[in-house]
Amino acid sequence: MEEVGKTILKLIPLVGDQLSEYAVLVFLIGAAPPLIFILLYALVTLYTEMKVSAHIQDRVAYMYTGYHGILQPVADILKLIQKEDTVPDSADKFLFRLAPYLVFIGTYAGFAVIPFSSAYMGSNIDLGAFYLIAASSIVVIGLLMSGWASNNKWSLLGAMRAAAQLVSYEIPTALAVLVAVMITGSLNLNEVSKFQDGGIQNWVVLGGPLPILQKILLIPFTLVTFFILFLAGMAEVNRTPFDLAEAESELVQGFNTEYSGMKFAIFYLAEYANMFLVSAVAVSLFLGGWSSPFGSFMSGPVWGVFWFIMKGMFFVFVQIWMRWTLPRLRVDQLMYTSWKVMTPFLFVCIFAVGLILVL
Amino acid sequence: MIDSKVLPTDYVTQPGRFRTSTGKTLKTDEMIINMGPQHPSTHGVLRLEIVVDGEIVVDVIPHIGYLHRCFEKHAEYMTNYQQVIPYADRMDYLASMNNDWAYALAVERLMKIEVPPRVEYIRVIMAELNRIASHLIAVGTFGIDMGAFTPFLWCFRDRERILDLFEMTCGARLLYNYIWVGGLSHDLPAKFVEKAKDFCQYFKPNIVELNSLLTYNEIFIKRTANVGVLPKDVAVNYACSGPMLRGSGISWDLRRADPYGVYDKFDWEVQIGEGEMGQVGDVWDRYIVKVREMEQSVKIIEQALAAIPEGNVQSAIPKRIRPEHGEIYVRTESPRGELGFYIISDGSTSPYRVKARSPAFVNLSVLPEIAQGCMIADLVAIVGSTDIVLGEVDR
Amino acid sequence: MTEIQIYFNNIWLAVYTAMVGMRLTFLHLFTPAVTIQYPDVKLKLPERARNRLYVNIDDCIGCDQCSMACPVNCITIDTIKGTPDQDLGTTSTGNKKRLHVPVFDIDIAKCCYCGLCVYPCPTECIVMTDVYEFSEFDRKNLIYNYSSMTQAEVVTAKDKLRKYDEEQAAKKAAAAAAPKPAAPLVAPPKPESPPPA
Repeated sequence: MEEVGKTILKLIPLVGDQLSEYAVLVFLIGAAPPLIFILLYALVTLYTEMKVSAHIQDRVAYMYTGYHGILQPVADILKLIQKEDTVPDSADKFLFRLAPYLVFIGTYAGFAVIPFSSAYMGSNIDLGAFYLIAASSIVVIGLLMSGWASNNKWSLLGAMRAAAQLVSYEIPTALAVLVAVMITGSLNLNEVSKFQDGGIQNWVVLGGPLPILQKILLIPFTLVTFFILFLAGMAEVNRTPFDLAEAESELVQGFNTEYSGMKFAIFYLAEYANMFLVSAVAVSLFLGGWSSPFGSFMSGPVWGVFWFIMKGMFFVFVQIWMRWTLPRLRVDQLMYTSWKVMTPFLFVCIFAVGLILVL
Repeated sequence: MIDSKVLPTDYVTQPGRFRTSTGKTLKTDEMIINMGPQHPSTHGVLRLEIVVDGEIVVDVIPHIGYLHRCFEKHAEYMTNYQQVIPYADRMDYLASMNNDWAYALAVERLMKIEVPPRVEYIRVIMAELNRIASHLIAVGTFGIDMGAFTPFLWCFRDRERILDLFEMTCGARLLYNYIWVGGLSHDLPAKFVEKAKDFCQYFKPNIVELNSLLTYNEIFIKRTANVGVLPKDVAVNYACSGPMLRGSGISWDLRRADPYGVYDKFDWEVQIGEGEMGQVGDVWDRYIVKVREMEQSVKIIEQALAAIPEGNVQSAIPKRIRPEHGEIYVRTESPRGELGFYIISDGSTSPYRVKARSPAFVNLSVLPEIAQGCMIADLVAIVGSTDIVLGEVDR
Repeated sequence: MTEIQIYFNNIWLAVYTAMVGMRLTFLHLFTPAVTIQYPDVKLKLPERARNRLYVNIDDCIGCDQCSMACPVNCITIDTIKGTPDQDLGTTSTGNKKRLHVPVFDIDIAKCCYCGLCVYPCPTECIVMTDVYEFSEFDRKNLIYNYSSMTQAEVVTAKDKLRKYDEEQAAKKAAAAAAPKPAAPLVAPPKPESPPPA
């Protein structure tokens, strides 16, 4: 194992010399849980999405593979692995191959600062929320790259839409994060969650553990901010009603039209991971993160994981539910929503929260 | 949430609207994209050659003919008039009953056959049921075009009920060959009337449900209101018909304007677009006309079921269909508009010439006129709202 | 409404109508599904269901009317006249069979299930059944041969007909060669016993 560590370290030119041989091991062990979580979670969400959409539409979805088709996601993944991995002849092959991984890396990097419990966090950096917003911007490059490299006009249009959309929605997201940070006083998501520990009344969405007057004044603004953060997050994930980048009735499949097999699966995985990331951010900033809603009852590092995933999955469910209910926005309306609705509202919220906190 | 206005046309053609920081104009170019024949929202194999400037559609050129099956030539080569009906079924495969009826009516008028009243009533019931089924598809697929998938399957769920009724009547679910020259292939089966009444009761609340899920959803309204406005005069000049014409605020329904069958005996209203959410003749108006027509069809069906007389449905079927030398044009109101059959008879057992005036083809021709200057997403909405069936466009 | 009222009204409507829709879809999560598990559960088709054609060849009299009625020419029928000496039997509807039917092919791949062939059949031997699962890997397998005659039987029937025709022709020739003034218009009496084959 040491040998492997040394070899890997040599590959990292500048930093490598300064780290010990075990750093890579520690790094790998630290980074593994989110990856394992994402893979398992993607299976569960794939199943959930199919079942929820089916039941909303008075269907039953798959029923054959296992009890109520519970093994179908595994079968789907197996199918995708087996599929021929086609690369269009006129595509920019290097970028075409690189793009899905970049998209996934952008999402996966975000998981580094998500506090799954008070005891586990990929990387305990103080600029957590800030880092998250920065890291998730890598996704834009991946999407643009995939659209451009596909050499397909629909893909290009999808990529342009995706870029415009993601860049625009960074701003409401950042502003909404700012509101929570103003209240909690920390950019470290673990600290933010710790701040809200002690029951449902301490959650930021309900004003946080502040004096009662401030709490009551804060609640409308935090609610609006939470709502906007969630919606802006959905827009960053490209889910209906904001799925313009892959609007299947307009742009065929958008930026990933030309992808097949495992590359397509990685896009899919990134999308699902992103769904959880968005929920996780909203949960840890506004809904107490890993803290139990019942104060000290059922709290602790292990219960923390449970609560965090439960809360996150609930909002993943809400995203699925919204997707199968709402029509899609048009591209100018999407920009309108970001710049003329969400951003001004958040400015008002920031201003009001600032005032209330000064009180 | 969004104030959507139709973009000014000069925005589209304005040269050099992008400038670099040094003030130089950037060269921009239009892009030609093929939308279709394999595209999720061209409702079949329509190919639209669109010239886009970014997201804005500068020009649309529809190319058709991918589903051409020589209906008119086939009709000439049949050995008798009856054999044309299965082909007429396949023209507008979402409203086969209406097609059959139009063709049968043309031949009947050519031969001056009086059909028994029971046949007329059954034909009205079938045609209206099929109109509902067809509109359900139109509404559902339009929902998909807008990105809402759930209404589509809810519409399909209700349509299945109608198809069940058809299947128990004539044995087929899609291509019925039920309405024959002079009569019907079968009489109504036992319990049909009760089941049809049940369906009407079942279907009414579902329209309300559909409305609250899709029709009055603000996102949907913003996507469709003020988009693809078809003014009255343009609609008339392009000979649009059906919901397309009525959406533009012109009260013209052949069931009322030139009644055939027993449509003059029922109490119902012609639905027109009133520009509730935007301008008269926008996509939303065309959509809502279809939804409201379904309600009216239910009304007609209920009245027809209550008043259906007894009789033999096959008594007027001629032994040999051999019209005299002559020609006729008969027009009917299919779910998509004025469906007409022009038949020339040379006195033999098969038609000398059959010309079908298909509403979808005529309605499609107005697309380049109303789609210029809209966005790609709007183009999808406009194509969806014209409710074309490529089987009928190409025949 | 002023611009600012429209602005807020739009936002309110967007949120409200989205909530209405979401409430509806949430309720639908708990309504029973309308679909069935198809290969396991099958709907009972109505009596009039029009699916695969079936020909009861024992009842077929080879009248070719179904083939004439077919708008897509998917029925091919060939017949051999039965000689008077053969008893081809009667159909279940009581019609006397006069023709052998060596070929009765239906190309079910062409069939458009219109049912027009069913109505003219005088013996009701061609019917549409409720069988709808008959996909094949080879298109040739979709040409159904309904004729029950073996190759040998066909040859025999053809031979018989040819001999009979020859005999008839010979008789006619003989009759023409030796005209009998007594009964010129009466056909020669049919032989009581079958001629040796």
